[in-house]
Amino acid sequence: MALTLADVSRIAHLARLELSNADEALMLAQLNGFFGIVEQMRAVDTRGVEPLYTPLSAVHAAGLRLRDDVVTEVDQREANQKSAPTVEDGLFLVPKVIE
Amino acid sequence: MNGDLHDLGVADIGRALREHRCSSVELTQHLLTRLSNHASLGTLLASDADKALAEARAADATLARGEAGPLTGVPLAHKDIFVTDHARTGLPSTAGSKMLAGYASPFDATVVARLAAAGTVTLGKLNCDEFAMGSSNENSAYGPACNPWNPLRVPGGSSGGSAAAVAARLLPAATGTDTGGSIRQPASFCGITGIKPTYGVCSRYGMIAFASSLDQAGPMARSAEDCALLLSAMSGFDERDATSAERPPQDYHAQMLQARPGASAARPLQGLRIGLPREFFPPALAADVNSAVGGALAELEKLGASLVDVSLPRTELSIPVYYIIAPAEASSNLGRFDGVKFGHRAAQYTDLMDMYKKTRSEGFGPEVKRRIMIGTYVLSHGYYDAYYLQAQKLRRMIADDFQACFSQGSQGCDVIAGPVAPTVAWKIGEQGDDPLQAYLADIFTLPASLAGLPGMSVPAGFGAHGMPVGLQLIGNYFDEATLLQTAHALQQATDFHSRRPA
Repeated sequence: MALTLADVSRIAHLARLELSNADEALMLAQLNGFFGIVEQMRAVDTRGVEPLYTPLSAVHAAGLRLRDDVVTEVDQREANQKSAPTVEDGLFLVPKVIE
Repeated sequence: MNGDLHDLGVADIGRALREHRCSSVELTQHLLTRLSNHASLGTLLASDADKALAEARAADATLARGEAGPLTGVPLAHKDIFVTDHARTGLPSTAGSKMLAGYASPFDATVVARLAAAGTVTLGKLNCDEFAMGSSNENSAYGPACNPWNPLRVPGGSSGGSAAAVAARLLPAATGTDTGGSIRQPASFCGITGIKPTYGVCSRYGMIAFASSLDQAGPMARSAEDCALLLSAMSGFDERDATSAERPPQDYHAQMLQARPGASAARPLQGLRIGLPREFFPPALAADVNSAVGGALAELEKLGASLVDVSLPRTELSIPVYYIIAPAEASSNLGRFDGVKFGHRAAQYTDLMDMYKKTRSEGFGPEVKRRIMIGTYVLSHGYYDAYYLQAQKLRRMIADDFQACFSQGSQGCDVIAGPVAPTVAWKIGEQGDDPLQAYLADIFTLPASLAGLPGMSVPAGFGAHGMPVGLQLIGNYFDEATLLQTAHALQQATDFHSRRPA
């Protein structure tokens, strides 16, 4: 099942990417080339196999640790905002979202 | 000391410093000069000489007080996928991406902090494929790095700058990260030694995330011994990484030197069973790689190891499985780059959606976009089960295949060995616009990554065009010691690891 240009546009929108027409055509060819090698994977019978989402769960039951509900971080607003594109009064600025 | 300071490895430097045969300042100055004289190799993305020299002076003071550890005063540099506290180091953290040009991290990655606490001196940040996505370093937004054995060829990737700088004797060691082979393959291409430990051994805190269930840090150096010293300092439980393995600190150097039961000086690997997966030696394997790997295996046999035939039947399937899972995780991890809190923001846009799209389209390079597209697609409604879930089930089967090799009582093997890559390093630009070629070349490193097993590349000799070939060693979970022992024994008997490019 090959992807179409319309699929590429839809995926690019979901991924918040803007592709030129030339980029979309190249992307389509490359994605279809890639999904060509994926077909062999889809044919394998995996009924009853547990997915392995994180490798160490193959060794032991991987549980999530809980930490004490206490403050561990100090205020570093200035350092944290140093690389922000636009900041005003300690707030991150974005284009108007609500009219 | 004579003028060959840059030939010293990590262990040598530690000894020379503690015996006051040279100073860390002297070494640091020498290597900074070398790095700048060899800038055309494209290994270094940033350095701060003043801060590096201040660290070296502090190390020399520790040495003078007789309080030095094995790494005090040892100069190294970090792959630019690790964030480094900008206020402390003066170094930006870019992940090889335009998206993070000039990014000033407010903190250090745990691996960086631990190596700094061990007294190492940071000479700078090293080139890598953008967000560690690639196997040739050609995907860096800051230009390719070159292979010091032949500057027209790639150093491998994604830790290409690390491998090239260590091989060219610009640094004794560097950090790397490995998601699908990014430590082992460049180590192989550049003729150095690198180990990707078991998933969870090194903290991922402060490693700019690519695929979180696969990413793992490790050392790249010129010998197994040097890697053991570095890994001991880099590794260990970290509460800031939810997937960090809860284990006591390990002394990999001591473990490496521990004699095996029944071993002798001539046969240090007596009793070691090395499994050779027949799928790692397909007819398509380049003859030069096959012959170098075969030579190293014959050497290991002389050292007491026995070679056994094993099978990893899903080796080929690891390519689609990996290239579904890693992009899926990448598309999620890279969602954070939206031009709001850090990183690049487009100059012109009409509204918020337009800002996101333009920012991301300008900031990410072509390979990163491709992987985001693949990941977004396989996670999207209606495709998740067929692609992502199926890949995770196959990942379990791949991990089980390894356990079948390791655990058959006396018939099981202790180590699995084979080539790291099907060929030696290719020429810069040779793969053109066909990303699939590079994906297919990852075939031998992906299985261990998917299973989360430790893997290593050890110089095995040379192939076509005089380019280095690495032997891959894969161990069972948390059995880094056996990998290091095997590599160390080989390096006591051969000199491939100490050869250097002209």
